[in-house]
Amino acid sequence: MLVVACIKQVPDTTQVEIDPVTGTLKREGVPFIMNPFDVHALEESLRLKDRYGFRVAVVSMGPPNTEITLRKSLALGVDEAILLSDRAFGGADTLATSFVLAEAIKQLHQKNELAAVICGRQTIDGDTAQVGPGIATRLGFSQLTLVDRIEDVDVVSKKVRVRRKVGGWREIVEAPLPALIAVVREINRLRYPTVPRRLMAEKAPVSLWDNKEMKLDESMVGLRGSATQVRRIFSPERVKGEILGDGLNEPEDAANLLLGNLIEKDVLYFNSNR
Amino acid sequence: MDPVSHLGVFGYVLFWGLTALAAGVFGYRLYQLYRYLSLGRKEESYGQLFRRAVTAIGHLIAQQCQFKNLTRKDRAGIGHMLMAWGFLLFIVYYFFFIIIASGFGISDVMEHNPVYGIYTWIMDIVAPFIMLGALWGIIRRYIIRPPRLEGQRTFEAMVILVTVLIHPITHLGKIATQIAAGHPPAGLGILTPPISTAFSHIYTSSASLDLWHNVWFWSHWGFVLLVLIIIGYTRYLHMLAALLNDLFSTPPPRGIPHRINLEDEATFGVSSIDGFTRKQLLDLYACVEPGHCQEVCPAYATGKPLNPRSLIQDLKSNLLTNGPLMLEKKEPLLPLIAENGEGSVSEEVLWECTTCGACMEVCPVNVEHVHHIIDLRRNLVQLQARFPDELLNLFENMEQRSNPWGIAPSERAKWASDIDVKPFSADATEYLYYVGCAGAFDARSRRTTLAVTKILNAAGVSWGILGKDESCCGDSLRRLGNEYVFDRMAQENIRLFAERGVTKIITQCPHCYSTLKNDYKQYGAELEVYHHTEFIYELIQDGRLKLNPITDLGKLAFHDSCYLGRYNNIYEAPRQVLTAVTGHEPAEMDLHKERSFCCGAGGGRMWMEESLGKHINVARVEQALEKDPQTICVCCPYCMTMFEDGLKDKNITEQVQILDLAEITAQAIK
Ligand SMILES: Cc1cc2nc3c(=O)[nH]c(=O)nc-3n(C[C@H](O)[C@H](O)[C@H](O)COP(=O)(O)OP(=O)(O)OC[C@H]3O[C@@H](n4cnc5c(N)ncnc54)[C@H](O)[C@@H]3O)c2cc1C
Ligand code: SF4
Ligand code: SF4
Repeated sequence: MLVVACIKQVPDTTQVEIDPVTGTLKREGVPFIMNPFDVHALEESLRLKDRYGFRVAVVSMGPPNTEITLRKSLALGVDEAILLSDRAFGGADTLATSFVLAEAIKQLHQKNELAAVICGRQTIDGDTAQVGPGIATRLGFSQLTLVDRIEDVDVVSKKVRVRRKVGGWREIVEAPLPALIAVVREINRLRYPTVPRRLMAEKAPVSLWDNKEMKLDESMVGLRGSATQVRRIFSPERVKGEILGDGLNEPEDAANLLLGNLIEKDVLYFNSNR
Repeated sequence: MDPVSHLGVFGYVLFWGLTALAAGVFGYRLYQLYRYLSLGRKEESYGQLFRRAVTAIGHLIAQQCQFKNLTRKDRAGIGHMLMAWGFLLFIVYYFFFIIIASGFGISDVMEHNPVYGIYTWIMDIVAPFIMLGALWGIIRRYIIRPPRLEGQRTFEAMVILVTVLIHPITHLGKIATQIAAGHPPAGLGILTPPISTAFSHIYTSSASLDLWHNVWFWSHWGFVLLVLIIIGYTRYLHMLAALLNDLFSTPPPRGIPHRINLEDEATFGVSSIDGFTRKQLLDLYACVEPGHCQEVCPAYATGKPLNPRSLIQDLKSNLLTNGPLMLEKKEPLLPLIAENGEGSVSEEVLWECTTCGACMEVCPVNVEHVHHIIDLRRNLVQLQARFPDELLNLFENMEQRSNPWGIAPSERAKWASDIDVKPFSADATEYLYYVGCAGAFDARSRRTTLAVTKILNAAGVSWGILGKDESCCGDSLRRLGNEYVFDRMAQENIRLFAERGVTKIITQCPHCYSTLKNDYKQYGAELEVYHHTEFIYELIQDGRLKLNPITDLGKLAFHDSCYLGRYNNIYEAPRQVLTAVTGHEPAEMDLHKERSFCCGAGGGRMWMEESLGKHINVARVEQALEKDPQTICVCCPYCMTMFEDGLKDKNITEQVQILDLAEITAQAIK
């Protein structure tokens, strides 16, 4: 069976600056990384491979340089990396993005029976957390979000049992396969690539699926297929924080200083119901 | 009257038969050992073999191996020197006056010339000294029992010492009976004549004297041949292996890891004993287990499971166990790395090393422990992706953001936001001030960074920084065995230096310093790199810094950091600077200069938990406190952190302050 991990390449937002004149993101020189949530989606799919011997494919929609991120996943042990890239896919919102991804997954499902699609909970740039559920809805899969543990996959009765991290509690739910699983970051820790695998990944092929290959209705993809239109991008005014202490104090002193300030500002919320 | 010719043809058959047998066993054993050695990887060829050979033999004759530790109040070396010199003289004696003289029936010719006379005289003095040496060894090992010989009062050690003790006795007996029997050699010594007089009182007939001479001769020669055989099977082997190991030892700076070849997976890390290079395997033969390394290892001293001596011995047993099987292409019996004593080395041992280099510094036979440890770490990291959890963040931060904390590279120049700093440009600035990650991001070390800039400006040095474009040098990664990522970072840095026209670099961190200077040389980078200690010293010598001696530091103790001292031989510059700046020589800790005790942060240990035993930094701070200092001077951002933490641990941050050499100098600038 096949597991598909959806990963998105995002700008390292901690290193992004907003152009004060145009109000848009300064993209030059900003390094791209694998969306930090998707790192865990990838790892979880590799763990399913280790546990159940599934085949793992990663899918990403994005510009051609997304290949770098896909290679990283090859170095970690995925079997196949697919890049969905076409000018027509550009400018997509969550609606159009989940459409293209769902179509790609559908095509993979036809070749190899699908057990699960694993997504990150959200991205650090778009931040909507809608793409995962969008895929599930379009494909009619079970929708399991906020998953912090995959308890068991039963390939015979085609069921998956997961633990969800909701509000202040956990719930264990069971659902039929194939399922869409959106994971939280606590679910696992990413493995580290060995050097032979890294070298292998440098040469391994990344399949490029453009729209000639996918033959999707152009009005459903990219900007044209998007319901959202961007008027303006700006960063909200934020009151700059103040620097407390010099970073050299004793941990206890530093904690006291911080706590004292928080209490003074009356921003602490004490939970009496521990 | 020669004991061999005395027995006629039978005598010659016996003599040559026994000699050939012993030589055969010895030769076969050497061949065997050579074959195990040849399982190792071949290295690039060694140049200047002749010069190296002369040096190695010079070292042997001068017993440099012992002198280097005698200075450390370790008196075992005296015994060793006596035995070694005596032994060298004896080898010459055997060859000329036994093998040639008796073996070819020309003892009359050989023994009746003045050279032999002189030689007998010398051997008469040498023999008792060898015995004294052996006795001293026995006394030290079994009566005085210094801690470094812990666990080594073995049967093997006893066999060696006892054979060394008996051997000269048989020689003296042989010569004394020869004199007593009325066939004195050309010259007389000072010890054998009185013994011969004693013998002539015991054995009165000349026939019995002849007989006893024969008995002493044969037992002497038999004994020599026996020792020849056991050389190959005991630590006696170091006589040969240590000489060769000196011949092939890495020229300084030592302990710089070798590059790997990305085309050849065998170089990615050592997972079984044949993955080491031949030199690394020779190290194992050379080790004599005197445990100097164990005595100086900071990890061992603070109760960690790492003991460099045991590590080398465990690798040696692995080679001797698996070697024969591997030669026959069979599966090795003993895994190299495994837990719970099921393999030769356990993983936790490997992660404890700070790569401080103390072990290599004291090893009398040039064992290069750090290379073994790093190669084994490389196997864990690069081939198995197994390493302590806390290193995962470090590795990712380094790879993605080129600093250990994962702080955004755009923050790198923040330390300079309040002062006027030029960006480096080849036309406008002479030196690149390579600030390093700690100097750029660590709040405490930023103060050192500012002090360095103050000094450079005061001396009118033309310098600039790379700011946001500076990357980590990769030192920790390399020492932790993550060579692949280090390799990428090194190449990228070298490319950037070339692109910007950087040729002269000033660093404040000994790790950056050593890496840019020594490690990057392996990539063909020709950089002129200075650590601030050296640079400041030069500025003072050239009269470019006007100093107002400072007096308010109180008693000042100096800590040598490993990567300045042992790795790069910089001991004097910081001391001279401190003397110039404070008007006094700094106080020395008991362990200083070559013997300095690591702060605990090297080899990537900075980024790891220290959960076993006592904290190394606390141990070092305690050593410093023995000198009652008010100020401790360091020259390294890691040492700074380690000492600061150590003082906090001891709760004496009020009484003692830690300052970097640059901070002290900056205070003195007019
Ligand atoms: C108003 C608005 C305007 C936008 N305009 C543009 C624009 O002009 N140009 C542009 O490039 N982007 C634009 N975006 C961003 C783009 O719409 C989203 O990045 C994209 O739809 C994915 O949504 P998300 O990032 O919120 O993902 P989320 O829904 O937060 O992601 C959840 C998970 O879905 C998966 N996933 C998400 N995206 C992908 C992908 N591309 N490939 C594979 N897996 C994925 C990942 O597993 C991820 O963890 C805009 C977004 C908004 C909200
Ligand atoms: S490695 Fe060197 S210092 Fe250590 S025990 Fe062996 S010979 Fe001695
Ligand atoms: S380098 Fe230092 S820590 Fe490592 S084994 Fe040698 S003495 Fe011990």
